[in-house]
Amino acid sequence: MSAATHTPDLVEQALPDPETPQSTGRRVKDRTATVAVWAAFVIAMIPLVWIIVALLVKGGSVVVSASWWTNSQRGMTTLTAGGGAYHAIIGTLLQAVVTAVISVPLAIMTAIYLIEYGRSTRFGRIVSFMLDILTGVPSIVAGLFIYALWVTTFGLQRVPFAVCLALVLLMVPVVTRSTEEMLKLVPNELREASYALGVSKWRTITSIVLPTAFSGIITGILLGLARVMGETAPLLILGPYSQSIATNLFSGFMGTLPTMINAERNEVAAIPLDRVWGAALTLIILVLLLNLAGRLIARYSAVRK
Amino acid sequence: MAKRIDVKDLNVYYSSFKAVEDVTMTVEPRSVTAFIGPSGCGKSTFLRTLNRMHEVIPGARVEGSVMLDDLDLYAKGVDPVSVRRSVGMVFQRPNPFPTMSIYDNVIAGLRLNGVKGRKDLDEAVETSLKGANLWNEVKDRLKKPGAGLSGGQQQRLCIARAIAVRPQVLLMDEPCSALDPISTLAIEDLVNELKSDFTIVIVTHNMQQAARVSDRTAFFNLAATGKPGRLVEIGDTQKIFNNPIERATEDYISGRFG
Repeated sequence: MSAATHTPDLVEQALPDPETPQSTGRRVKDRTATVAVWAAFVIAMIPLVWIIVALLVKGGSVVVSASWWTNSQRGMTTLTAGGGAYHAIIGTLLQAVVTAVISVPLAIMTAIYLIEYGRSTRFGRIVSFMLDILTGVPSIVAGLFIYALWVTTFGLQRVPFAVCLALVLLMVPVVTRSTEEMLKLVPNELREASYALGVSKWRTITSIVLPTAFSGIITGILLGLARVMGETAPLLILGPYSQSIATNLFSGFMGTLPTMINAERNEVAAIPLDRVWGAALTLIILVLLLNLAGRLIARYSAVRK
Repeated sequence: MAKRIDVKDLNVYYSSFKAVEDVTMTVEPRSVTAFIGPSGCGKSTFLRTLNRMHEVIPGARVEGSVMLDDLDLYAKGVDPVSVRRSVGMVFQRPNPFPTMSIYDNVIAGLRLNGVKGRKDLDEAVETSLKGANLWNEVKDRLKKPGAGLSGGQQQRLCIARAIAVRPQVLLMDEPCSALDPISTLAIEDLVNELKSDFTIVIVTHNMQQAARVSDRTAFFNLAATGKPGRLVEIGDTQKIFNNPIERATEDYISGRFG
């Protein structure tokens, strides 16, 4: 080795000679880690790819027909092919929108309170703790809670709006937490700059802090929405399936994609099975479109350099 | 519009910790007053009490009085928001609002305080940017984001933003410490021009800078770590640098410590 040709000082003793080939031990470790990381990645991707391929293969033919997007399942039986998922798409979107309209203001205002006002207060810590608990509530428990409140306590009928209330319980903690993270990312210097201009705290929040965090908040909302759209348990308890188009949230039943999947799955025949795959693929497409829209909004409104 | 500041027996606390002790001084209108002193001696803390910005930090409070001409800034019923409207501030690191264009940055203070009217705003943008010696560099790209400017330009943008609300006093907390020498020179020239309209207080770690830009200099020091910072002496910059009364000032200025 060339290191022997001149006197090694302390530094050279501490650092490996750049010309020394990598030791076998390190090479083995490096290879093992590389293989392990790649293997983990591939294993994680298998179910995802599998699901998408299966959905495309089995549901693709159903989804490409125009009537799938324009017709409901009204009057269709297990023996009559055709009909569509329009009623379920409308139901899912309607419930998601109503859920979002209730959840988003609640969640954003909670996050603003927690970050901007209640950071070191006792009440803030309590709210934050409760939020952690709410995050961990299983969706079926949220559904049962609303059932107990809506049907058992108030004696009301099961209606789509009750489903929305259960979904609100699931969406609020998700959006609150993500909004909190985004608000934390807004540098304090910007708040101080605004205060120093004689701007009140509330105007600073609405005009400086929220716009700066806007794209991140939107992303969080869409992730929460995507989660809520695929939620099934509260729907099974509170939102019986209907084959017809329904838009009234306060009476009757309403079809949604998850309950459509569940209803058709219970039939033993080839035609309903196609509808299961079609509805599943439709749900994934909707969530994908939502994410895409979110990305576009985020990019369009991102902090410009 | 420039006003005088009279500080009397001011103590600043962070919760139970006394950060600054017993400061009494007068800041003359239409002049530049520099605060110098070693790190942690409370000069920035004290500066922030002059527009009640320290209240942003939980647990911070003051005793004593700060008078802006006839107005007691700490009197009951005085709104810190309105205090900050008349006592503006420029920070150590340039902090333009990242979501806003150059134009919107300059008039942020006006717009957020409810000023509308295209013409007034256009005028304010031009006057303020000219006042901050930035107009010629940015007049063709006012709609471009403020964060796209260089550090020195960003800092001048922040100064334009601060003077756009026409404050009576401008506080500058080490405004050049993140800038290169050329940008620093630009800011120093600007300070010199601004003092004909504003009362300026500047905190600096750079003693040459204090000597170059200020009319009066205040030297802050602390007796020992953990002890509160104190005002050692204040006087004409010439006198502080050439013939200080206190031994500590002389030691600091001649580079014997700090």
